Amino acid sequence: MGNIIRNRQIVADDWTALPDEAPLPSSGRIVVSLKRWREVRDAAKTGDASIGVRIPNTEDVIALWPEISDRPLIAVEFPAFGDGRAFSQAALLRTRLGFKGEIRAVGDVMRDQIYYMDRCGIDAIVPRADQDLQVCLTAFKDFAVPYQTAADGQPPVWARRRAG
Amino acid sequence: MYRYDEYDQRLVDERVAQFRDQTQRHLAGKLTADEFRPLRLRNGLYIQRFAPMLRISIPYGLLSTRQVCKLAHIARTYDKGYGHFTTRQNIQFNWPALERVPDILAELASVQMHAIQTSGNCIRNITADHLAGVARDELVDPRPYCELTRQWATFHPEFSWLPRKFKIAFSATANDRAATMIHDIGVYIVRNAQGELGYSIHVGGGLGRTPILAYQIREFLPEADLFSYLEAVLRVYNRLGRRDNIHKARIKILVKDVGQVKFTELVEAEWAQLRGDPRLTLRREDLERMKAHFTPHAYDAGAARDTSFAKALAGDSAFAAFVKRNVKDHRVPGHKIVWVSLKAPGVAPGDCTAGQMDALAELMERHSFGEIRVAHDQNLVLADVPQKDVYAVWQRLRELGLATPNIGLLTDLICCPGLDFCSLANAGSIGVAQDIMDRFGDLDYLYDVGDIKIKMSGCMNGCGHHSVGHIGILGVDKHGEEWYQVTLGGSSEEDASLGDRTGPSFDRERIVDAVDTIIKVYLEQRAGVDETFLQTYRRVGMKPFKERLYPEKTAQREAVEA
Ligand code: SF4
Repeated sequence: MGNIIRNRQIVADDWTALPDEAPLPSSGRIVVSLKRWREVRDAAKTGDASIGVRIPNTEDVIALWPEISDRPLIAVEFPAFGDGRAFSQAALLRTRLGFKGEIRAVGDVMRDQIYYMDRCGIDAIVPRADQDLQVCLTAFKDFAVPYQTAADGQPPVWARRRAG
Repeated sequence: MYRYDEYDQRLVDERVAQFRDQTQRHLAGKLTADEFRPLRLRNGLYIQRFAPMLRISIPYGLLSTRQVCKLAHIARTYDKGYGHFTTRQNIQFNWPALERVPDILAELASVQMHAIQTSGNCIRNITADHLAGVARDELVDPRPYCELTRQWATFHPEFSWLPRKFKIAFSATANDRAATMIHDIGVYIVRNAQGELGYSIHVGGGLGRTPILAYQIREFLPEADLFSYLEAVLRVYNRLGRRDNIHKARIKILVKDVGQVKFTELVEAEWAQLRGDPRLTLRREDLERMKAHFTPHAYDAGAARDTSFAKALAGDSAFAAFVKRNVKDHRVPGHKIVWVSLKAPGVAPGDCTAGQMDALAELMERHSFGEIRVAHDQNLVLADVPQKDVYAVWQRLRELGLATPNIGLLTDLICCPGLDFCSLANAGSIGVAQDIMDRFGDLDYLYDVGDIKIKMSGCMNGCGHHSVGHIGILGVDKHGEEWYQVTLGGSSEEDASLGDRTGPSFDRERIVDAVDTIIKVYLEQRAGVDETFLQTYRRVGMKPFKERLYPEKTAQREAVEA
C-alpha cells in the first residue's frame, strides 16, 4: 500500500484503485471508474465493499450528482499536468453540491499543482510515482494568504483588510 | 497609484521563493523541460530564438519612478541595456540568463512588481486605457476595478490551468483606447438608464489565427456583481474549452462552436447560482478602499495662468510640431498629457534603453507626479505635466531621442519582435518597420496623411495586432522566404472591425512599396483632408486599392471582360 497525502499529511493509502477488468472484491475500500460503478451499483454486487468513484474530467458533476452524491470518495482526474478541468469539478462538488466525502486528485499530479488543489477542496492527493511526498507537503505553504475566496473557505486578503 | 500592503508584498515575495525553487529543481534535473515550461511561462519566462525572454507585468500600464529606475537597472545588469514595451502594456527583456531570473524577480518584488501570469494558460495582465484617470471623456477611473480584478485573478485556484491564455481589459470611455473588443473578456464600465454604475460585458474577442471581435454577453451587470460574473464565464470556459488543439483552445472558439446564444445561456445559468454570494460580491467599502489608491494628484489650481506654454508654441515651430501630435489637453486646466514616442527612426518600435529609462524617471519625478504609463501602441505617456513644464520636458525628450512628433501617424506603428527575437516568427517585422519609417521620414507628408495605424505581426499569433490595424501587415513563410500579407480597414477602437485582405502577399522587396501605394490611393480617394484613412477605406472599399496593388491582375481581368 503506497503513501498519499490526505489533509496535508502523509498517510498510508487505505483505498485500492481497481482496474476495470479486475473482479470486484466483496469487502474493503476500492475506487472504481464511473463506467464500472454504473455496471455494479444496481445489482447489489458490491457486498460490504466501500466504493469510491473516479470520474472523467469531462463530466458535468452537477448532472452526475444524483449518481455519486452518496459515495464516500470521488476521485477527480488530471490526465495531464496542465489540464485544469478537475479544479472546477472539485470546486463545484464542495461549494455547490456540498459534498462532504473525500475528493482525491489522481493522474499526472505534481507538487506544483497541490496549492491550487488544496484551495479547490481536494483533500487527498495521490502524486505521481516520481514525486517526493515530503517535498509535496511544502506546496501547501507556497502562499500564506490568498487573494480570493475558494472552496477551502480561507478568508481572503480583502476580508482581512476589512478587519483592519 | 496602487501601493502594496503587507499582504501583496508577501505574495510576490513568496512567488519569488516558489520560482527560485522551481528553477533549482529544473536545473537539478528534477523537473523536465516539459514540466518546467508551464511553470516558467506563468512567470513570464519564454525560451526564445537566441535566449530566454522575460515578460514583466505592468498592471494597466502604470509605473512609478522607483519602478522605472529598477527596470533600467535590470536592463543594465541582466540584459543588454534595453527593454521592449509590448502591446499589452508590459515590458520584455530579451537577453536574461535563465538561472538569474529568480534574482530579477526578487529585484522586481522590491519595487512592488512581478512577472506573475504574464504568460501561460491563465488570466493575464489586466489592461486598461492608458489615459485612465486623466481622460476627459471618462465615466469613472477604471484602474480600481482593474486592480481588484488583478488581485482576484492572481493564483486563482480554479482558473490557473485554463485551456489557453485569457485576457481581460477595461474601458470607461466612449473612445475605446484599450482595444477592449479583442479581449477574451472586455469590460466597458457604463451607467444604465437608472443612472446606476455597472458593466457591459463582452466575451470571446481575440486575435491570432482566428481573429474575432467579442460579442456582448450582458448589456448591464451591476457594479457589485463583477466577480461572480467573471467566475461564471471562466468556469464555463475552464470546463468546456477545447484542450486537444492549441489553436482552438481560446474562449472565442468555444463561443463559436456552441454559438453565442447557447454560450450566453450557459454563463447566465452558472451566474444565477453564484450571483449574490457574499464572498463574490464587491462591497462598497472594498471598492472605496481601492479607489483611495487612485485619487487625483494635488494639481496646481493656478497652473492655467501660465503664459510660457503659449509663447513657446508661437516661437518654436519644432516645439509646435511636437505639441500638435504628442500633447493633449488634460482634464485639469493648465495641465497636459505628453506622449513619449518610442517610434524613432532607427529604433525597433517599443524599445527603450536603460539610459532613457533613467532619464524618464527623472522627468516623471520632476514633472508628472512620479508616474508614467505604457500605452498599448508601445509609447509612453507622461499624463500629468503642468503646461509651464512641457517645453522643458520636450527639450529633454528631444535630447533623448524620445520626442519624435509622430503619435498617431504612419510611423507610429505597432510591431511585434518578429524573426529577430521570436522563435515562432515566420518573417521579420522590425526591419520592415524601419524601412517604413525611412520611406516616410518627411513630416509634412506624414501630417498630410494624418491619423493612421499600421500594425505588424511576424506570424499568425498576432502579437502586433495586425488584424485590427488600419493597415495590417502579417509575416508569412513562403517556401522559406519572408512574405507579407496585407489587410485594410481594421480597428481596435469603439468602431472595432477586422481588416480585409488585399489579395496575394508581397515579398520583402515590395512590401514597403505596397504600403506606399496604399497611402497614395488614399490621398487620391479621400473626400477632403479631414477624411481619415479608415473613413476613406470604409467609404470606397477595397477596389481602388486592389486595382493599384495588383495592376497585372486588374489588366488581365479587364482584358477578359473586354
Ligand atoms: S506575432 Fe508571432 S512573431 Fe510576432 S511576437 Fe507574436 S508569436 Fe512572435
